[in-house]
Amino acid sequence: MTARFHLGIALDGAGWHPSAWREPDARPTELFDLAYWVDLVRIAEAAGIDLVTFEDAFGLQSAGFGGVDDRHDEVRGRLDALLLAAAIAPHTSRIGLVPTVTTTHTEPFHVGTATATLDYVSEGWGGWRVQVSGRAHEAAHVGRRTLPPLDPGAVVAGTDPAQTALIEQLFGEAADTIEVARRLWDSWEDDAIIRDEPTGRFIDRDKLHYIDFAGDTFTVKGPSITPRPPQGQPVVFALAHQKVPYELATAAADIVGITPKDDAHLTQILGELADAAATVTRTAPEPLRVWSEAVILIEDSPQEARAALARLDAAHGATYTSDTVILADTAANVAAQLLAWHDAGLDGVRLRPARLPADLVRITAEVVPALAAAGVLDRPAGAGTLRERLGLGVPENRYAASADPAPGALRNDPADHNLIGSARS
Amino acid sequence: MTLTSDAPARTRAERPLKQVHLAAHFPGVNNTTVWRDNSTAASQIAFSSFKHFAQNAEKGKFDFLFLAEGLRLREHKGLIHDLDVVGRPNTLAVLAGIAAVTSHIGLVGTLSSTFNEPYELARQLSSLDHLSGGRAGWNIVTTFDAFHGENFRRGKFLDGADRYARAEEFVAVARQLWDAWSPDAIAADKAGGDFLAEDAIGLVDHHGPQFDVTGFPTLPQSPQGRPVIVQAGDSADGRGFASRTAEVIFSRHAKFEDGQKFYTDVKGRLAAVGRHRDSLKILPAATFILGDTEQEARERSRETALLQVSPQTAIAFLEQVWGTDLGGYDPDGPLPDIDPVSTDQGVTRGRVRHDSDPAAIARGWRALAEAEGLSIRDLVIRFAATHTFVGTPVHVAETINRHVQEDASDGFVIVGSSNPTGLDEFVDRVIPELQERGVYRTEYEEGATLRRTLGLPV
Repeated sequence: MTARFHLGIALDGAGWHPSAWREPDARPTELFDLAYWVDLVRIAEAAGIDLVTFEDAFGLQSAGFGGVDDRHDEVRGRLDALLLAAAIAPHTSRIGLVPTVTTTHTEPFHVGTATATLDYVSEGWGGWRVQVSGRAHEAAHVGRRTLPPLDPGAVVAGTDPAQTALIEQLFGEAADTIEVARRLWDSWEDDAIIRDEPTGRFIDRDKLHYIDFAGDTFTVKGPSITPRPPQGQPVVFALAHQKVPYELATAAADIVGITPKDDAHLTQILGELADAAATVTRTAPEPLRVWSEAVILIEDSPQEARAALARLDAAHGATYTSDTVILADTAANVAAQLLAWHDAGLDGVRLRPARLPADLVRITAEVVPALAAAGVLDRPAGAGTLRERLGLGVPENRYAASADPAPGALRNDPADHNLIGSARS
Repeated sequence: MTLTSDAPARTRAERPLKQVHLAAHFPGVNNTTVWRDNSTAASQIAFSSFKHFAQNAEKGKFDFLFLAEGLRLREHKGLIHDLDVVGRPNTLAVLAGIAAVTSHIGLVGTLSSTFNEPYELARQLSSLDHLSGGRAGWNIVTTFDAFHGENFRRGKFLDGADRYARAEEFVAVARQLWDAWSPDAIAADKAGGDFLAEDAIGLVDHHGPQFDVTGFPTLPQSPQGRPVIVQAGDSADGRGFASRTAEVIFSRHAKFEDGQKFYTDVKGRLAAVGRHRDSLKILPAATFILGDTEQEARERSRETALLQVSPQTAIAFLEQVWGTDLGGYDPDGPLPDIDPVSTDQGVTRGRVRHDSDPAAIARGWRALAEAEGLSIRDLVIRFAATHTFVGTPVHVAETINRHVQEDASDGFVIVGSSNPTGLDEFVDRVIPELQERGVYRTEYEEGATLRRTLGLPV
């Protein structure tokens, strides 16, 4: 068990409830303006929230997993999450910025340099929420491959071999992309820049490394164009709901977000994570941190919270459902649930405000103080990076020659690295 | 702004003074970026360097700042080239950061049309335009070789002859994506319940030789609608592409007569494709060295050149032409008397190649060196560290203005010789001279997009 419980806020549009944009204090005409997002992140930063994530996808939002729907009553449209995070970064100084970046149709090299650059712009507060794109219509945005229609029910049930194969392919590619990014981040040693006048050399080229990655869907030569980012390895977050994503997270992520509906479900998920961990080789530098996920709606009384949710549902014409638990309650009761998760051994929680800015304000003004009073929010004083804030150590560079190499340990042999990095093995 | 292409040409005496347009180029990863002088050379990668550079350029009321792109580290003789500044950020991500610390200056990034896909890149550029309030620009490059391809999914997949065809189709698809949301797509009608208006988003359904793109883009029209298109290709294909597509050309033709020839050629192509002369700005790249007197400027130019061309850099530069190891030659001695070794791919990879006949170049260089008594290092300085404008601030301002008024350019892309403070002196000393002559803005127009700042048709 950890004494520190960490808090993330998942930002998306006007909030996670589909009708949130209609609330009196919602700002639906400003969703594409930097100032709106800076306001939200500063609220979180001022309250000592550890990180914010930004939702994104490789296509327009849509209800369900089929093609794009023609709904007019929900928020549609998003800024590129990584660029949004990079634009927010100069406005903040002590909160993690974790954009969603898709691995399926994007270039792993660009993903590696963009996440490294976010870490530079934020001066050590960058992260990456890894996401796959399994929707057939999103593949049509690039037009180079055809994906079968995704059936989440069959994926979770594991009953359809074609669906299982699709998921394994998508997450295998995600694992490869994380591996490429991690190698690119390390491909410059920290002391590669020498500015040595006598020999005329700006860099010591022996401290730059080809990554020579070869996977099923792509190869990347390296090294990165970008020197090793301030954190060495920016923080990788993966949301996971079933076996294959659990394997990806236990192999390659720093933080996994899980979605327990109740205590029994939590026990089950932790068991499945342990099973996944037993089948993969972990390539991330530190033990996996496990965070829970919850949609949060807060009012002064449980009755008022339920009424507010019902009012939002009525505006939407349907009961809001989520992949994770919806806590529509008082701040005290929300805090109690978070403390229960802390007591169950979880390392943190990513809160999804149902309404923005309303529920973000209530989380920061009421839930955070309650957790602080319970003594679970001790933070390292003056943490200078997100990794440090989260208690993740300073990672060694996989390519740096060890001063005292263990016998047989060929730290610079690319073949050594081909043994790792696949959650599928 | 209304521009017609059939207005009678006015003589030079009749027409009003042209306004000078300036871009600021972040010093790149080549020998001209001095790193040896510790008093001026800061980190090439820290965000604080980009912030200083951008805010100084904005203080100088530059039209835009310009970032090159890295797809792979340069190699020399099969090894990573180690003599020049190396290491740069992802272009889009750092521009988004710069958007947050500036408010008027344009943000132009160099981005490949080969190793990107339209759906994603159009979205990123639109995002940058939204985040910056309409200041985004895209310098399209068409690198296609196997060396760079080794870092990307498709490797070398594109024939060199098709690179502009792909770029042109890329821009056509991107424009469809940028235009797909109707101007009033977002209703955000809280009472009525409609976030989107009727027919808010049109389907893009493109099928061509290079791309099959079907789907709905994720962003409303950005403040500029379409980011400004910049282009630097100099071949006949490149000029043709630019005359049809580009709004700014980043050219190599900074010398006066050469500049006039290029200007006349490219501007002359516009009428045939139905474009007005003022819908394309031509900005050659230019370096500068200032001094209180002409003499002092010349001395500083020589000092800077020696920092830009170290003995090792001089030899490496020659090796690019000779195609073989010249480590045994004295940089302060005469040119090698051996002939270049012909190689298929050249000794240096990851940068623009020299012309294709090394033997002829070597003969020409040897003749020049013998005629003028130049050492290897002197000769390399002549080619790799000659400064475009050398003189007093008044002289430099008058030279720039002459190029613009006499149609050798519409302005320049200015590159400082160190990072990130190399441009500070230009802003402090040359800009006021241009402003005094009434040919350069003294304030940005409040809320202007990059396209408007450049005086392009909106």
